[in-house]
Amino acid sequence: MTPGEFEFLKKFLKERSGLVLSNDKQYLVESRLLPIARSSKLETLSAVIGVLQKGTNKALETDVVEAMTTNESFFFRDKTPFEHFNDTMLPGLLERRAKTRLIKIWCAAASTGQEPYSLAICLKEAQARIAGWRTRILGTDLSNEVLDKAKAGLYSQFEVQRGLPIQMLLKYFDQKGDLWQINAGLRAMVEWKKLNLLDSFSHLGEFDIVFCRNVLIYFDQQTKTEILARVAKSLPEDGYLVLGAAETVVGLTDAFKPVPGKRGLFQRNVAAKTTAGPAPRTFATAGLQR
Amino acid sequence: MKQCLVVDDSSVIRKVARRILEDLNFQITEAEDGQQALDECRKSMPDAILLDWNMPVMDGLEFLTSLRGEEGGEKPIVVFCTTENDVAHIARAIRAGANEYIMKPFDREIVEAKFQEVGLI
Repeated sequence: MTPGEFEFLKKFLKERSGLVLSNDKQYLVESRLLPIARSSKLETLSAVIGVLQKGTNKALETDVVEAMTTNESFFFRDKTPFEHFNDTMLPGLLERRAKTRLIKIWCAAASTGQEPYSLAICLKEAQARIAGWRTRILGTDLSNEVLDKAKAGLYSQFEVQRGLPIQMLLKYFDQKGDLWQINAGLRAMVEWKKLNLLDSFSHLGEFDIVFCRNVLIYFDQQTKTEILARVAKSLPEDGYLVLGAAETVVGLTDAFKPVPGKRGLFQRNVAAKTTAGPAPRTFATAGLQR
Repeated sequence: MKQCLVVDDSSVIRKVARRILEDLNFQITEAEDGQQALDECRKSMPDAILLDWNMPVMDGLEFLTSLRGEEGGEKPIVVFCTTENDVAHIARAIRAGANEYIMKPFDREIVEAKFQEVGLI
């Protein structure tokens, strides 16, 4: 890969995914993209980048973006969403779901599993507060490969050292040779399903909390709006939506409104009468009927 | 500016750690073993200590145990940084008063993440 090719790739990834690739990440590019070069019969990275430069192979472009971004997940990524979970969402739901004693969480871009497992750890740590409650965590992703990894719950030494306090590692992981495996108790708390957010997800039912972080960035404006409208339908009036640190609903939909002072946290905008998307009008009405 | 004492018998590791930590705005002092580290701490208690385990003269665990018994020795935040990467070693370090634990090999992101974890940055 020449410096010029690397520069092109940096720009390409920045535009497509927001991923900022620093100059010391050549090794990362090689380890992630060489498998694509082989499977697409292009053999070399230069050949892959050549095709990207022509802009004629959308499938390859998607593969490259996915390969470079998928594993950017780590435990307790960005911290704040998990603070919101512990301090805002969980207390709120413990109060409002006292009858059903059930909390349902969906991680819509679960990737290799760090986010759902981080939430499972939060729930374990809150054990005293949620005694007698049932919880359900569903992790979905469009890639079977990452879901397999998520299910296995096996992480490298490198992966368990980003975001995970050492005490948590000791408490919730078992050492397996060079790897660390999330313990069986936590693994049993999470279900996994393959799902593309572009497809319908109404069959998944309703959730109290949807984590949908750093995935909408891959879609165009209209698709984002449409996905958010469908997410709104899978949340009750008092449910929560969590987006990535740099993401917002502003300008995309009025199906959601930010929770004041809680960055990345949104709730249904039940009062909204007009919306940008095609579906939201119906649920806004439904909301008002309650 | 926060002070960080880097304790490792490998000059290469000390150099790498120094570079990373200076970028994170720490002022660095170095020690080659636990005894030197203890002498440094008696002169001036740092805010943070990045600590190797296996070293000649005095190892990291012995140093940590001594440090925590010193006057003001409870103050520095101690982050182990070692090739000892099994549960037993980690648990021993935590019991001896380590605040965090880095398993070598490490990189900039891990150091940054761990120092954030313990509130140093």
